[in-house]
Amino acid sequence: MSNLVIEMENITKEYPGTIALQGVNLQIHAGEVHTIAGENGAGKSTLMKILAGAITPTQGIVKIKGEMRKEFSPKIAAAEGIGIIYQEFNLVPYLTVEENILLGKENTRGLFVDKRKNLQLTQKALDRVGASFSPKSYVKDLGVAEQQLVEIAKSVSKEVDVLIMDEPTAALTGEEIKKLFTLIRQLKNEGVSIIYISHKFEEMFEISDRITILRDGEYIATKKIEDLNHEKLIQLMVGRELSMSMKTSSAQDEVILKVEKLSSTDKIDSISFQLRKGEVLGIAGLLGSGRTELAKTLYGINPITGGSFSIKNKKITKVKSPEHAIKIGIGLIPEDRKNEGLVLGQDCAKNIILPALKQISYGFFLNSRQEKEIISAYKEKLRIKYYPGQLAGELSGGNQQKLVIAKALATNVDILIFDEPTRGVDIGAKQEIYNLMNQFLQEGKAIIMISSEMPELLNIADRIAVMTEGKLAGILDNKDATQEKILQLAAGINSNGEVIV
Amino acid sequence: MNAEVKETNVTSLQAKRKFFKLNQEWILLFVLIGLIIFFSIMSASFFTTGNFVNITRQIAMLGIIAAGMSIVLLIGGIDLSVASNVALTSVSMGLLISAGIDPFISILLGILVGTTVGLINGIIITWVGIPALITTLGMLTIVRGFTFLITDGYPVFGFPESIRWFGTGFLFGIPVPVVIMMIVFTLVYILLYKTYLGRHIYALGGNEEAARLSGINTKKIQLMVYMLSGFFCSIAGLILLGRLNSGQPNALQGFELDVVTAVVLGGVSIFGGQGKLVGVVLGVFIMGVLSNGLVIMNVNEFIQMVIIGSVLLVAVGADRVANRKKN
Repeated sequence: MSNLVIEMENITKEYPGTIALQGVNLQIHAGEVHTIAGENGAGKSTLMKILAGAITPTQGIVKIKGEMRKEFSPKIAAAEGIGIIYQEFNLVPYLTVEENILLGKENTRGLFVDKRKNLQLTQKALDRVGASFSPKSYVKDLGVAEQQLVEIAKSVSKEVDVLIMDEPTAALTGEEIKKLFTLIRQLKNEGVSIIYISHKFEEMFEISDRITILRDGEYIATKKIEDLNHEKLIQLMVGRELSMSMKTSSAQDEVILKVEKLSSTDKIDSISFQLRKGEVLGIAGLLGSGRTELAKTLYGINPITGGSFSIKNKKITKVKSPEHAIKIGIGLIPEDRKNEGLVLGQDCAKNIILPALKQISYGFFLNSRQEKEIISAYKEKLRIKYYPGQLAGELSGGNQQKLVIAKALATNVDILIFDEPTRGVDIGAKQEIYNLMNQFLQEGKAIIMISSEMPELLNIADRIAVMTEGKLAGILDNKDATQEKILQLAAGINSNGEVIV
Repeated sequence: MNAEVKETNVTSLQAKRKFFKLNQEWILLFVLIGLIIFFSIMSASFFTTGNFVNITRQIAMLGIIAAGMSIVLLIGGIDLSVASNVALTSVSMGLLISAGIDPFISILLGILVGTTVGLINGIIITWVGIPALITTLGMLTIVRGFTFLITDGYPVFGFPESIRWFGTGFLFGIPVPVVIMMIVFTLVYILLYKTYLGRHIYALGGNEEAARLSGINTKKIQLMVYMLSGFFCSIAGLILLGRLNSGQPNALQGFELDVVTAVVLGGVSIFGGQGKLVGVVLGVFIMGVLSNGLVIMNVNEFIQMVIIGSVLLVAVGADRVANRKKN
């Protein structure tokens, strides 16, 4: 007789071309808080999706309360008493809190909804999570933190034995986090197991009983919290000493971009840094730390609400639009190539030339000859594989990414901001993208590279700026930077072990 | 070895695509020819030079407005205010001329009125942020109401012969409205395929966010496109004035739907970013031949409505199915 609620053995999940999980084990006891730790891309979310029945593993066994699970579907997982709160909300904005919480399981009297009973039930669930808003309010009128509480209330309104929480505190403030932890302890006393995913060390150590560490899709260890400290945990998460290929810096002395106390609505708070010609400044930080927002502010998508920057000694206090940003010499390779980067229904060549088209036209009229020259130059230079007339939407991820890079290069800007340039790109294409960056730097231009992949940052960047909650936690020189130091800064702890934010 | 295999794959894919692309316009052409043959068999008076001149004259206004509507649909919008706008510009010109103002200046002012209606559409859509469907639906009613207001609901009369020329005259043996339509289609062709604005229009309709991040001023393009639609309406208004030799405040009610029908029939996606002007020209001709032939065959007017409506559904349905297959 064991009190194991969940046993996952030797779980492997393969996708075409990549292995997301390989031989992962996980055991959850009744009434424990179990944290899954690992870097971005370690396989935490994949593992949780398998547990919640959203995806089927390629190999491995899942046992729930000793019984082998035969089929994977969210419905079956729910029947087994497994609840999950995903990072992204699954709420209907135009329904009330009550309607959302009881969606699909409303109490009825005859043909009619029993409004009074439903409101009572909802109120009970809301009280439990410590929410102060009315069950009658519309979800669209609630803030992000309140919506998060609705999600939590929704999952505790059902009978669950196991509750998976994927970064539940990402949107919550200190006070709300305290309430959440009280609730977690209360659930734990009722015998509910909590599987907790977070990047914040303080939280892990405060709430967990045990921690399972994953790295690159592999199972590393399961440890009791008493046996761990920050350093040990980081070491387990990061693992091996990275063999770094020595990067030759092409950074010159001349400063090309000087950012001074730059702020933007909510996410960016008084950020200052300098970028030199030929330099790569890496930007690290957790999801939601404001990395992408910094890029969007420099590129004229988000407004500058404070501070300024100078580019080639020209002071800029307002970037009106991306058009303006390109004009002053800033280009962006956006994070989401499908929605922000490409017109998928148009052919590749037209995509490449799109931002540069106006520059090379004779008045309003197209300059087909120069257009073709530029397109074929970049097609060759970046070795993009497409045939004439092929639609951008038909290319592989790596080739699409090269198209987006070609677009930005064709505008002849001085500074390129790469937002997650190698996400979902295979090793070969990755290397080609790095080579392109190098060529760009040789021309005396500069790069700001946002990346969640730390080995990439350590390899490519001359300096690494680490962001946390919209602020700059610190800038590390390449020679001093380690994954440990970056993680520590990103978690909001400075080199003296003090909490920054 | 491997590379060779890839090469052949690529060429076969290329061939497939070319065939498919030809298909869309070819099918429209076959439908058009089929209709012409059908009506020629059914009625002796259909296949005559006189009737063809008639058909082209009848479709001139449809074609001119459809040219503007095509661009609006290409950016993912719609303009339901076109027919009201034609009526407004037509009576505006009429009122000004009958008030003794120089016809040339009156025409210019009428064009200004039509373009301004487009500008208002554009401003509401881009700056206020009301969806194009709702904005132009509102403007449809407002503009029509305004047209009745300034005329008290009565037709406007009393123009010089020169105005009639725009509706019924001939230039080099071709009806003037048809000449104007040809000029309009040529201009739109140049705009869409020979200027960077055309590329920006297609990019905007295909993915607005990507277009904006590529440094395209998407709001400016949208404003321009709705203004252009209004401009073409005023040109059609001038033709209408000449044809009727009067300014009719209740002219062309419901005509905006014929225009949308012709454009989507021509293969322009109602979701934006996809479609060719050649297709629209064929769509306009199919509509013209269809309604002319049905009249000649003495088909009941109500049945004509049923047929026109069905044509719209078939056109949009084909668009949906084609998109579904692609995804």
